[in-house]
Amino acid sequence: MAEKKIMLGNEAIARGAWEAGVTVSAAYPGTPSTEISESIVKYEEVYAEWSPNEKVAMEVAIGASMAGARALASMKHVGVNVASDPLYTVSYIGVNGGLVLVAADDPGLYSSQNEQDSRAVARAAKIPVLEPSDSNEAKEFIKFAYDLSEKYDTPVMLRTTTRLSHSQGLVNLEDRIALEPKPYEKNFRKNVMMPGNAKFRHLHVEAREKQMAEDGCAFPINRVEMRDTKVGVITSGIPYQYVREAMPDASVLKLGLVNPLPKQLILDFAKKVDTLYIVEELDPIIEEQVKSWGVACKGKELLTVQGEYSANMLREKLLGQTLDLESPAAAPQRPPILCPGCPHRSTFYAIQRLGLHAAGDIGCYTLGAVAPLSVVDTTVCMGSSISTLHGMEKARGKEYVKNWVATIGDSTFMHTGVNSLMNMVYNQATGTVLILDNSTTGMTGHQDHAGTGKTLKGDIVNAIDVTKLCEGMGVPNVRTVSAFDVKALMAAIKEEVTKDELSVIIVKAPCALLNKAKITMQYKVNPDACRACGSCMKPGCPAMTKGADGKVVINDTMCNGCGLCAQLCPFGAIEKVEV
Amino acid sequence: MDTKNIMIVGVGGQGTLLTSRILGGIAREAGYDVKLSEVHGMAQRGGSVVTFVRYGNSVAEPIVEEGCADVLIAFERLEALRYAHFLKKDGVLIANDQRIDPMPVVIGAAEYPDNILENLEKKYKVLKIDAMSEAKKLGNARAFNTIVLGMAAKHMDFPKEQWITVIEKTVPPKTIELNTKAFLVGYEM
Repeated sequence: MAEKKIMLGNEAIARGAWEAGVTVSAAYPGTPSTEISESIVKYEEVYAEWSPNEKVAMEVAIGASMAGARALASMKHVGVNVASDPLYTVSYIGVNGGLVLVAADDPGLYSSQNEQDSRAVARAAKIPVLEPSDSNEAKEFIKFAYDLSEKYDTPVMLRTTTRLSHSQGLVNLEDRIALEPKPYEKNFRKNVMMPGNAKFRHLHVEAREKQMAEDGCAFPINRVEMRDTKVGVITSGIPYQYVREAMPDASVLKLGLVNPLPKQLILDFAKKVDTLYIVEELDPIIEEQVKSWGVACKGKELLTVQGEYSANMLREKLLGQTLDLESPAAAPQRPPILCPGCPHRSTFYAIQRLGLHAAGDIGCYTLGAVAPLSVVDTTVCMGSSISTLHGMEKARGKEYVKNWVATIGDSTFMHTGVNSLMNMVYNQATGTVLILDNSTTGMTGHQDHAGTGKTLKGDIVNAIDVTKLCEGMGVPNVRTVSAFDVKALMAAIKEEVTKDELSVIIVKAPCALLNKAKITMQYKVNPDACRACGSCMKPGCPAMTKGADGKVVINDTMCNGCGLCAQLCPFGAIEKVEV
Repeated sequence: MDTKNIMIVGVGGQGTLLTSRILGGIAREAGYDVKLSEVHGMAQRGGSVVTFVRYGNSVAEPIVEEGCADVLIAFERLEALRYAHFLKKDGVLIANDQRIDPMPVVIGAAEYPDNILENLEKKYKVLKIDAMSEAKKLGNARAFNTIVLGMAAKHMDFPKEQWITVIEKTVPPKTIELNTKAFLVGYEM
């Protein structure tokens, strides 16, 4: 019997890519896709890297495919936007070695700035999309994706969602297919996308879509499960599982290929059932196409385009059942917060004290937007803090942005912040950019990047020197301050924002969770000296609570020893203790 | 057998993932089909987190539906309150009697409810444990979650030895002794 192992959806995707003979993997971390790279790097036959952003990752994978290897690029849904420039054109070029892009969508917005549906991107780019429903299928489907990629000369998207990527299930382990790289052949018409060649390749793209829509009817990943014919459901991905729980007697057409749709298979299934439902999370991608063929069916009239589905939702909305459920209790919300000892807290406290606004970015430090810090005014996408600050200056002038700073993390700066800063230099902007350098990609769980001096494979390499990079671009003022020296940080920001020039302040201190085991000191409140003034509580450290007498208590299981509270106490009541 | 539905709820950083992986491991060890669903990313930063574990002959969805949980393991009182409605009518709540103030309470925008567990006892079978104090007695407060798991283990159908085996396989090697001790403290309570 084959060995079975319990695996995260993302681990299974990595396993499948390895079994399929992949030798190159490139990605930028992003929830819910991160663990794909963290898993695939463990297979020694695979070269795996963190690229600085998703566009670069996609292009690395394209190059590997052109050179004849099977290659993988993985990213979250908004990362696909960054990678969309190469993606739309590699659709025309096609592949040499198989090429798969894993796009990880986030219905329910567990850790994202929007809820977009990557299937829509794939439709626009005219590439096939496979959608698995559990960990074992994730492994099987990505292997099939490589076969399709090479057979139809196309990049293939494997679409996952948070619920699939971060669920674990049993996976049948199989051996790796050992593949030699395919021979490289110079092919001007196929690989050089200039207008005349692209016009020619567009014919291939259209013919491929048509062919796959026909052939897809016989793909084993599309499965008809005939049961009672009163109700039929077309579904794919994780929603298939909710359909099975809520409607065990219904007939189901489970689609593994969701673009292009296997039209004849769908038409045949629709004829066999009395009432047809289409159950898909997010946008009505399947539904709108099926309706356009004149097939009577119901979908988004009954079900939402927002968030995740559940079996109970289908019971209520499709079956009209009234469920006897307790209502949720009224309980105060518990939103995510900056960790105890987080260097960003200290930074945002300094910005708050100076009464400045911050143009924000994507990372843990987006949490500088919420109370009690509430200094981050804007967040759009990776790298946008610097360019939005620039736009503000161009709209309102140099004096206006003296009340602003841009805040961006070190990994996000490497991702796309560099381009934005280049633009500020080139277009002679005034403004102060704070690079919050915590030596890691924090929010996604501590991945290395070009500035940390370590690769995904664990090799020690030259770290890109952010100071020299900024100076090299011609930023006139570049300085470094410790995030935990509040006085020095406030003085530095105050000085830089008043200049009629561009300034970068690198605010440095490692993420509190990076070396958690090495904490050597904590802080505690001397109750005799504490006057219950609350100064230390202002930055909102979760390790601190007020006792019944108003005096502050520091939770010794949470304190990471940053010492910010001790700096803020006017009475010297917070003392350092060795641990 | 019917699919068993277990939930682990708490505050991001309290170790719900390790606990769910031990649960997944033991269901697998016993030969069941098993699915787990976890929360990674932003919510892990001190937010409210929930992890689902389902095992049985054949498991379809990886999440536990409202009103369907056999066992709800809560590492914090307010989180017990937030997710109690997921319990079946005869479900069991294993509650760590600890309070962690969420930011709206810290900044005075909301109040932490009083007598949470006492009120939940009126509706559900509730087993309380002050696992933090017990863990400190073992010399490491961070082992509290394995103590809570030990208490919950008594309400599931796996032998003690099997739990120990799975803990040894799942936790970081340096913490095997601590976690095993912690498990037994909860199990024998």
